[in-house]
Amino acid sequence: MPARDSISTAIRNRRATGQPALIAYITAGFPKKEGFIQQLNAVGAVADVVEVGVPFTDPMADGTTIQRSSRAALEQGVSLRWILQELTRAEVKPQAPLLLMSYLNPLLAYGIGKLPEDAARAGIAGFIVPDLPFEESHELRNALDARGLALVQFVTPVTPTERMQMLTAGSGGFIYAVTMTGTTGKNVAVPEEVLQYFERVKKISPVPVCAGFGIRSREQVQRLAPFIDGAIVGSALVEVLERGEDPAKFLRSLRE
Amino acid sequence: MKYSLSKSEQQTLIANVQQDAYPDERGRFGPFGGRYVPETLVPALNRLQVGVDKYLHDPEFLREFHDELHNWVGRATPLTFARTLSEKWGAEVWLKREDLAHTGAHKINNSIGQVLLAKKLGAKRVIAETGAGQHGVASAAACARLGMPCTVYMGSVDMERQAPNVGRMKLLGATVVPVTSGDKTLRAAVDEALRDWVSDPNGTYYCLGSAIGPHPYPYIVRELQSVIGREARVQILERTGKLPDLVVACVGGGSNAIGMFHPFVKDKDVQMLGLEAGGIGAGLGQNAASIAYGTPGVLQGCFSLLLQDENGQIQETHSVSAGLDYPGVGPEHALLASIERVKYEAVNDDDALAALAECCAAEGILPAIESSHALAGAKRYALANPGKRILIALSGRGDKDMPTLQRTLLKDVL
Ligand SMILES: Cc1ncc(COP(=O)(O)O)c(C=O)c1O
Repeated sequence: MPARDSISTAIRNRRATGQPALIAYITAGFPKKEGFIQQLNAVGAVADVVEVGVPFTDPMADGTTIQRSSRAALEQGVSLRWILQELTRAEVKPQAPLLLMSYLNPLLAYGIGKLPEDAARAGIAGFIVPDLPFEESHELRNALDARGLALVQFVTPVTPTERMQMLTAGSGGFIYAVTMTGTTGKNVAVPEEVLQYFERVKKISPVPVCAGFGIRSREQVQRLAPFIDGAIVGSALVEVLERGEDPAKFLRSLRE
Repeated sequence: MKYSLSKSEQQTLIANVQQDAYPDERGRFGPFGGRYVPETLVPALNRLQVGVDKYLHDPEFLREFHDELHNWVGRATPLTFARTLSEKWGAEVWLKREDLAHTGAHKINNSIGQVLLAKKLGAKRVIAETGAGQHGVASAAACARLGMPCTVYMGSVDMERQAPNVGRMKLLGATVVPVTSGDKTLRAAVDEALRDWVSDPNGTYYCLGSAIGPHPYPYIVRELQSVIGREARVQILERTGKLPDLVVACVGGGSNAIGMFHPFVKDKDVQMLGLEAGGIGAGLGQNAASIAYGTPGVLQGCFSLLLQDENGQIQETHSVSAGLDYPGVGPEHALLASIERVKYEAVNDDDALAALAECCAAEGILPAIESSHALAGAKRYALANPGKRILIALSGRGDKDMPTLQRTLLKDVL
């Protein structure tokens, strides 16, 4: 099975138990570079899929929490090269499929030519690139495809239906359905029209639908549950790690 | 510059530039440009593109735009023969006086055009980023003129060094939001403006201030700023009967430069020179000269030349001028550099300040520190190539720079 299929399989398996899958985002090397693999395992023991964030100096789609964690990671010298090395070297890794979440420029600097091979060797199943719209993505998509890796697309509440069809059909692993127009980290209320939007995505999408941006509580996950296959938790988890609390406990609290 | 093209690729690009074929329908200037934004902004950029196709060359839009340029901005700006500089440099020096445009710099050409466009597109509010504060002031003024609410993002470092402009923006009715994230200068202000826009892509119009960002911004800004070069070309032909040997402009993101250069691109005998901020040296972090010292990459929506490390992390920049203190450059400049149609060089802080002082004393004109980079570059060229006719884009006036000038040139005076 190509690595990219492990993502949708993990999400569908969880969904089959009656619950949405949990997709957890961490910024690699935050708060401390030394604890990266250990933390990844702690998070991966509960989450169904883990997004490993590659820090970038200009995270334009992110709110203050991930801006802060990215900066802290960069100050400790975290880079894509280091992340892939650590993952390749790690003796114990989560069962949960891993995705790399990175802005485009660090990937370009690494080299699109050697990226898929090195990522696959590190156990990465796919990529999320928030500043790479579908129209600009052919080169990276083809390179990842050749190695069986997924490239996840986004849809948002302002995506027209026709475009939504194109994006969901072109997305690998799952479709990242942004809960709101805005950056990561804000608390979302999940009003009625947001539920209608998710219903629309669900109807159109051939791949699992995962909701992200602003998900912080069990109540939100429950309210979205009928319409989604997975919930993505980023800033809230990063804040838990920032406070030195137990990430596994927090993730379980979203599910209970 | 570090972008290699084969001979045949270069020939194709040169031919396309001659035919004014860029940007293409994908928003590319040869290999550069494009549209690298979060998905939330794609529909907004598509709508903007439709608006651009409908209005930017529409006779009614152009009538309104040129009416504002003439009666409110005060265009055409004069072309001044710089008698004393000509004598001192052994050249014929002409200054295109964007410092005399309303609000004190070329930025107003773009702002009034984009805010007009925002109104046509039914936007409810306008946001802008600013470095030197000139684009912020211009956008605040254009919004006041056309009755639009305006929010300006400005790095906290720039708010201090360009303090006079902060008060002007507030008087003109804009909300000024200090940006304390990232490098606290222009790049961080663009990031914050993009985050604002992502939050309200339907109601908000982002009035970008330079020839950077995702397509169609580099194109919009070029079209609106080309009034500089078009006027200057007519004026110098009227006054001298000839085209200049060299056209010179400073390059931050590259809006005044592309506005000056574009109307001369097809004039094969006219050479062009863009001056970037050389800061205090050639090392990473010591300058803001993305063409001279940068490598290809994607920042803030487009593929161009950037100051970055080997991991693709954007570097902090240094320049005495806030308006040039940016780690990237517009994609059309990256193209013009790669085909060597325009030559780009760096001018360091001290030479820019010296040129500012020289222009004050010789011509009775206080240029912006940004524009002084162009003066210093022109002088260097003139001394090496005697007897040339040189046309310089004097992009703005230096009143806004008084806090920096007090700390530098005026340190020992009084
Ligand atoms: C007077 C002046 N000149 C030049 C610039 C640089 O911008 P650009 O390269 O877009 O012309 C600025 C920017 O603030 C400016 O205020």
